[in-house]
Amino acid sequence: MDKKATLKIFRGDTDGGELKSYEVETYPGMVVLDAVHDVQAKQEPTLAVRWNCKAGRCGSCSAEVNGKPRLMCMTRMSHFPEGEPITVTPMRSFPVIKDLVTDVSFNFEMAKKIPPFKPRPRDADGTWRMKQEDIDRIQEFRKCIECFLCQDVCHVVRDHQKTNFAGPRFLIHLATLDMHPLDTLDRRELVKDEFKIGLCNITKCCTEVCPESIHITDNGIIPLKERVADDFFDPVRWLVGKVAGGEKKEKARRLPVVGDRGASGSSTIKATPAAKRAKVE
Amino acid sequence: MSDKYELHEHDVLVIGAGGAGLRAAIEASAEGASVGLVCKSLLGKAHTVMAEGGVAAALGYVEPRDNWKVHFRDTMKGGRYLNQWRTAQLHAMEAPDRVKELEEWGALFDRTADGRILQRNFGGHKYPRLAHVGDRTGLEMIRTLQQHGIHCGMKVYMECTVTRLLVDAGTDQSPPKIRGAFGYWRENGRFVVFHAKSVVLATGGIGRCFRINSNSWECTGDGQALAYLAGAELMDIEFMQFHPTGMVWPPSVRGTLITEGVRGEGGTLRNKDNKRIMFSYIPELYASETANTEEEADQWLRESTSGIASKARRTPDLLPRDIVARAIHSEVKGGRGSPHGGVFLDIFSRRSAEDIKRKLPAMYHQFKELGDVDITKEVMEVGPTAHYTMGGVRVDPETQESRIRGLFAAGECAAGMHGANRLGGNSLSDLLVFGRIAGLHAAKYAKSQSVAPLDDGEIAEASREALAPFERVEGPNPFLLHEDLKDKMQTFVGIIRTEEDLKKGLEHLERLKDASARVHVDGNRHYNASWHQAVDMRNMLVVSEAMARAALARRESRGGHAREDFPEMDKGHFSKVNVVVKQTATGMAISEVPHPDPPAEIQEVLEDK
Repeated sequence: MDKKATLKIFRGDTDGGELKSYEVETYPGMVVLDAVHDVQAKQEPTLAVRWNCKAGRCGSCSAEVNGKPRLMCMTRMSHFPEGEPITVTPMRSFPVIKDLVTDVSFNFEMAKKIPPFKPRPRDADGTWRMKQEDIDRIQEFRKCIECFLCQDVCHVVRDHQKTNFAGPRFLIHLATLDMHPLDTLDRRELVKDEFKIGLCNITKCCTEVCPESIHITDNGIIPLKERVADDFFDPVRWLVGKVAGGEKKEKARRLPVVGDRGASGSSTIKATPAAKRAKVE
Repeated sequence: MSDKYELHEHDVLVIGAGGAGLRAAIEASAEGASVGLVCKSLLGKAHTVMAEGGVAAALGYVEPRDNWKVHFRDTMKGGRYLNQWRTAQLHAMEAPDRVKELEEWGALFDRTADGRILQRNFGGHKYPRLAHVGDRTGLEMIRTLQQHGIHCGMKVYMECTVTRLLVDAGTDQSPPKIRGAFGYWRENGRFVVFHAKSVVLATGGIGRCFRINSNSWECTGDGQALAYLAGAELMDIEFMQFHPTGMVWPPSVRGTLITEGVRGEGGTLRNKDNKRIMFSYIPELYASETANTEEEADQWLRESTSGIASKARRTPDLLPRDIVARAIHSEVKGGRGSPHGGVFLDIFSRRSAEDIKRKLPAMYHQFKELGDVDITKEVMEVGPTAHYTMGGVRVDPETQESRIRGLFAAGECAAGMHGANRLGGNSLSDLLVFGRIAGLHAAKYAKSQSVAPLDDGEIAEASREALAPFERVEGPNPFLLHEDLKDKMQTFVGIIRTEEDLKKGLEHLERLKDASARVHVDGNRHYNASWHQAVDMRNMLVVSEAMARAALARRESRGGHAREDFPEMDKGHFSKVNVVVKQTATGMAISEVPHPDPPAEIQEVLEDK
């Protein structure tokens, strides 16, 4: 019953590379990640690929399969027409480190710039009461596995990596904080000025590739855009808000300053920075 | 190739960035220590994300009769009383605060009707106790810890593998003392030395030693092996938890976890004759508290989940995992299994499609995408999968410190909390409680110490060891050796063991050790998967051998250690000892240490009805 399939996998590094063809035997339920591992074990032991859970939970094995951003562990080989080669390439928005592994440190740096959650005091009995229906929406956002496929497919991220545009992943995180019933920090000014939400023109590419089916644009980015717009451009809403006392959040105007306790240099997230790569001997 | 290295200095170095490592790093940072956090993967990808069902804590929101004493009692019973009582006590007492603290950092658990944290039923827990977020509790936890942790001032070293702990061996008068760790960047293979006053191991489990397992590639026993090679002791390492419900079909996903939450939400295990199997496997120990008819089991489920203090007894589908796993094994062996060698897990006939999608969305998705099964309309096929190791580094319950001064361990890689078998939900609470304790004491210890000087010879030796696979012209392929190891552990040190099998297993391990010492890798040090695999093999072989030897020494069946040749739980000798493994000049040494008896007041808590 075993059939064969051909994989064309990108092999290369910062200096460039090429697609190489490999033949693998397929079996029931086989996913692209299985095929890549098969190549690694039997044909190309130095083939570089990230993975962890192999169940669609950790978001490590992001790549482009036949040009579409996907998790390799959730992409069945049987999804593709028999006999046609399957092309596996690294995420194109991030610099290649080697083969299918890319430098995603941009995302970890962005995560650090977002002022963290700051809750209101607990209720008198020491709990925080929240209605399930009030958190359903942000629980949807918190399904995010940080695969960064939305960042990969976002043309604004591709074009504006040097600006501070947060990208869909982090706009969703900002939306989560904004809609969190306990949070007390108003980040809307930052969302507009620092994280540049205005650059998103709602093409919904991110929503299409999200393996967790989060409605990134409709449920997250658009409401966040509206809230930012209301705050800055709608004097009537502003006045109503003032009178009703609806807005009590403390304003976060600056990006957080992270304390540096490291004895050997700044307290930074170190995710395979380009500078380090340059020093490879 | 150069053997130069980068040098980083910290008060506290945490190795592993799953739940335990992150929690330890947060606590040590809060104590004012300079903290380095090292992980083999990217931050937030650790195996904690795969934890599904929930975190056990006696909050008492759903069942007001719950409290730490009941949780403690359930934990000790689940562990067949081989747990370190003090560890289990601290865990039960502190878990509620640790869960509430997560809310403070932004976690959003599912809510009760009155807006508090919702808790669900789980195996071996008397009351609904697991705070949860659908079936993705681990993800919620790791993301919360990660998002809080990155603002605490710690320095994170991602995709970095530690291959050796650096230890001052001490003298007759002074004990061995940690001074750091040696490793390499996975990306470019460059060496790194961490010079630290204290080190916390939080590297997780060893599941990758088995053919059918639920673990990620990282779970290769690194912390256990690093500690052992540095001179620390391992304890209870014979106890391996086979989770009863892994996927069995298709082959691509064999072993992938199906949460116990399915049974917590009412799911039942059935054989090919559609008979509910668990009523035939209720052991004496649990007979008085377990329903023996379907009517009673269903009454309990209905009432306990709607806040009614049920008089009915618990369903046997939620017996502890070791019992359920062996029941499935027996059904399959007796020819009553499912087509692909498991049994059936049924939730579709028990709950509405809407409930299933809301409470178990990841399970729904996983079966739909990977198994072509719609669990709102069909049964699942499930079977045991190597999941969790109860044993690990032997540590002091109060501080989590090992016998090496300044070396701490927390979470799955530490021993003592779970005894012979872990209850579901107790791992996530374990991570939080003991991650915090380890981080706290590591920081305190660091404050009290001046850093021990590094030793060039020790570093040169570590670098020579790491590069050895490149030096050889030819040798075995590390990936194929790993496949071989997984098969042998599954066959000879698996869910049911015998002396004969264990001895055969040890022979294979000797052969594999020899082959692993000759392994050759091609290419350069730049993100070289083959090299990474070769390095991990050493650790897997250490823990595999320790498990096989300890299993041979324990001539009884208890929790996650079942011997066909000694099928009973020993009420005598083996109920009073823990097996300890230690490295000596002549190889791996096995010994027994007395199991500490609880003081009278704790004994009273244990015996309370």
